[in-house]
Amino acid sequence: MKTLGISDIEKLARLAQLKIEATEIPIYLNSLSNIIDMISTMQTVDTDTIERFDNPLNISQRLRPDTITEPNQRELFQSLTPHTTAGLYLVPKVLIV
Amino acid sequence: MHLKSIAELSKHLHAKQISSVELTQHFLSRIKQYEPRINSLITLTAELALEQAQQADVNLANTNAGALTGIPFIHKDNFCTLGVKTSAGSKMLDNFIAPYNATVTQKLYNAGMPMLGKANMDEFAMGSSNENSYYGPVNNPWNLHTVPGGSSGGSAAAVAAGFAPMATATDTGGSIRQPAAFCGLTGLKPTYGRVSRWGIIAYASSLDQAGIMAHRAEDVAWLMNVIAGFDAHDATSISTPVPDYTASLNASLHGIRVGIPKEYFAEGLDPEIATCILDAAKELQKLGATLHDISLPSTHLAIPAYYVIAPAECASNLARFDGVRYGYRCEAPKDLNDLYQRSRGEGFGTETKRRILIGTYMLSAGYYQAYYVKAQKIRQLICNEFNTTFKTVDVILSPTAPTVAFPHQTKSNDPISMYLSDVYTVATNMTGLPGISLPAGFVNKLPIGLQLVGNHCAEAKILNIAHRYQQVTDWHNYRAEGFT
Repeated sequence: MKTLGISDIEKLARLAQLKIEATEIPIYLNSLSNIIDMISTMQTVDTDTIERFDNPLNISQRLRPDTITEPNQRELFQSLTPHTTAGLYLVPKVLIV
Repeated sequence: MHLKSIAELSKHLHAKQISSVELTQHFLSRIKQYEPRINSLITLTAELALEQAQQADVNLANTNAGALTGIPFIHKDNFCTLGVKTSAGSKMLDNFIAPYNATVTQKLYNAGMPMLGKANMDEFAMGSSNENSYYGPVNNPWNLHTVPGGSSGGSAAAVAAGFAPMATATDTGGSIRQPAAFCGLTGLKPTYGRVSRWGIIAYASSLDQAGIMAHRAEDVAWLMNVIAGFDAHDATSISTPVPDYTASLNASLHGIRVGIPKEYFAEGLDPEIATCILDAAKELQKLGATLHDISLPSTHLAIPAYYVIAPAECASNLARFDGVRYGYRCEAPKDLNDLYQRSRGEGFGTETKRRILIGTYMLSAGYYQAYYVKAQKIRQLICNEFNTTFKTVDVILSPTAPTVAFPHQTKSNDPISMYLSDVYTVATNMTGLPGISLPAGFVNKLPIGLQLVGNHCAEAKILNIAHRYQQVTDWHNYRAEGFT
């Protein structure tokens, strides 16, 4: 397996949308490398004839009729959010147009 | 009152020998006295508990009460509670008040049980020591310098300290059973799908399961009668009929086949714990059970496969926390990516970020087949071994954890050492099987846990075995010094 480097941690953080401070990178690099080594012990087992896991109880996905069952709780949800105006949920302005 | 069983408390309440308000005040008083030494609660809900207790007393007076009406409980802080903070032990949700009750919350409220507070926990249920909480570590009442286990460490420490007769908990890799073992309690992880996950803050959805911690198997059976059952809101809920879990507690163990897997007694297990567990097996033999040596040869693969699957699901589940809709939001974001990245970077703790990074790696292009698909095949291999084993035995007996509770900060900088705390418990989550931990002795004055794993939906059977064991032993009756 490939050895992890600092650029791998930076790439993973970017993919996961996580801000990782530069001082934290060596900590994650070390621990992730050790964890991946531990995980890699799986590779010693031949699983070619094993089916991929689906469900512990061998039950299929339950479906329900496509009907509305929930009550309208708009007022409640509006009361819980930190910022609303004119019935809209306000989020921070971050898009630069 | 805090030493009595749930059955005894129910009897006292129905006989009007004590009111629910008095009982609730008793536990609130203990919390006030001892909680500063334990840090088991994130939120104390004294006012709500007393309101619910008053209503319970009205129902008890009108004979409109169930078996558990008026008996207080403590709720792990990853169960959503309408109007009460649900933080999951994270800064990310420090400001989150759920707009609805989890199904388990609602069932406990419907049963007339006052909620005393929300229990501390490892952030998003990721951890085995309760040292990963934004709200600080929890101390084990048996030795305040040791951890209570995790992730349900607050639930376990609270019950062990006598703050409530029972607490809810969740178990994704051992998070009910390991803290129950470390704190001298009985803790049940039911079959996957047996108890609704709706309204529980998700960690790893194919592994998460809600359950109960209390002092006795009998207490757990009473609570399972309330929380078990089908829930249309949970797509993975199972519709298998729910038995009365108290009905078979006293059934004979004659002819019960107990399997003892040799891989669970190998290197890494404290030899004194091994001795206690094998002594417990002999007690079951005296009660009529037969003991059988068995082998689960893929046991060593459970932790590696788990640490692919659980982080992969964690990375996916926790993607919802983006700083936009709810939860922690960073100050003055420069742009959308900065908002996402800093909200998540500042809102999540170190272990949570580590697992998100692991999961992201496992699911990334080029590694998905090598790791994720491989782990799912290993998971199936482990399931096959358990399915075969349950053709020849009724229950599998083992230690719950390889050690007793360890001192704070001894494993917090060594993730793999911490992950191995769950070496005997993760397979039960991988297979969806029910497992229980119950007190079976002491090593260095700290409790040890005996684990019993049953076949799918065999909770009544393992509760029966645990109860019969507790009728001939008194490990579950011991209380931590200073908390009696």
